Amino acid sequence: MAHDHSHPHPHQPDLEETPLTHYQAMTEAVGQLLIEKGIITGEELRATLESIDSKSPAGGARVVARAWVDPDFKARLLVDVNKAAEELGIDAGIIPIRAVENTAGVHNVIVCTLCSCYPRNLIGLPPDWYKARSYRSRAVREPRAVLAEFGTAIPDDVELRVHDSTADLRYMVLPARPAGSEGLDEAALAELVTRDCMIGVTLPKSPGA
Amino acid sequence: MVLRRHHDMGGLDAGPVDPSGPGAEHDYAPWEKKVDAILRLVSDQKRRIITVDELRRGIEELGPGVYDELSYYERWIASITNLLVEKGVIEIDELGRRMAEITADWPAGGVADAEPKA
Repeated sequence: MAHDHSHPHPHQPDLEETPLTHYQAMTEAVGQLLIEKGIITGEELRATLESIDSKSPAGGARVVARAWVDPDFKARLLVDVNKAAEELGIDAGIIPIRAVENTAGVHNVIVCTLCSCYPRNLIGLPPDWYKARSYRSRAVREPRAVLAEFGTAIPDDVELRVHDSTADLRYMVLPARPAGSEGLDEAALAELVTRDCMIGVTLPKSPGA
Repeated sequence: MVLRRHHDMGGLDAGPVDPSGPGAEHDYAPWEKKVDAILRLVSDQKRRIITVDELRRGIEELGPGVYDELSYYERWIASITNLLVEKGVIEIDELGRRMAEITADWPAGGVADAEPKA
C-alpha cells in the first residue's frame, strides 16, 4: 500500500496511485471551474460520461441488421442516418451521418485525414489506429494496401471509394449482407456486424466462417 | 509543391497500419472520457461555446512539436482550455491555481510535465 486508508478517496481509486500528469490536472481543473461558474452542472457531466459509455458498435450493428432485413428502412437510412437510427431508439447525435453502401461493384472506406471525425454517437469511440498517422495518411492514397494490412482483399474490379470525414459530416459504411446469412434473424445478423465493418476495413464474416 | 500544415497528412507516406497493435482496442481512461464529455457539453446546442472546427484549429495551433508529443486527448484538453481562456470563460490565473491545488491534493503527487506518449 502506498499510503494508509484512513481517509476517504475523492478520486478513482486505481488512478490515484499514479502521479497526476499536467494534462490530467488541467482536465480536472477545467471541469471544476466550469461547474463552479454554472456553465455546466455536475449532473450534466455525469450524464454525458454515462452517455459516452453507452455508445458502442452495437448501436450501429442494430441499424445495419435492420437495413438488411427491411428495404424500406434501408432507403430511409441512406437518406438520413440520424433519423433512421432514431426509429430504433438510438440517438446518433446532431452531426449528420451519411451511410455509404457496399455493393457487388463498390466498396467504401471511411477516414478523417485532418483529425479523427468519426460517427461516435452511433458506433462509440474510435480505435487508436483510426487516429494514427499511418491510417490517416495512407487510406486516401493506397487504400488497397491499407485494407490488406487488415487482412481484407478487395477484388480489382470492385471500385474502392474512400470518404474523408469532416467536423460537419460523418460517414458510416453499410456493409453488404454476407453470403450464408439468409436464415438468420435480425439479432443474429447484428452479431455479424463489427466496428471495423462499419469503418470499411473489414467485411462481415459469413455465419460459421 | 503545396505547403501543408502539420495535421494535414492525407496522401503522405507513412508506415503500416497495425490493427492489432498496442491501443488497438483502446480502453479509454476516465480522464480521457472526461475531456470528451467537457467538449460535448461546451459545444452542445444549449451552450455553443466551442465548435468542433475551433477545437481543431486549436489543435493545429499547438504546432508540430507539441502536436507530436501530446497524446490524443492531451491535444484536445490543451485546445479546449486555450479556447476557454481566449473566450474569457475561464481566467488563466485561476486555472493555474486550481491545477496546482489539484496536483498538491493528489495522493501520488504530480509530474511537472506530461510524458510524451505513443
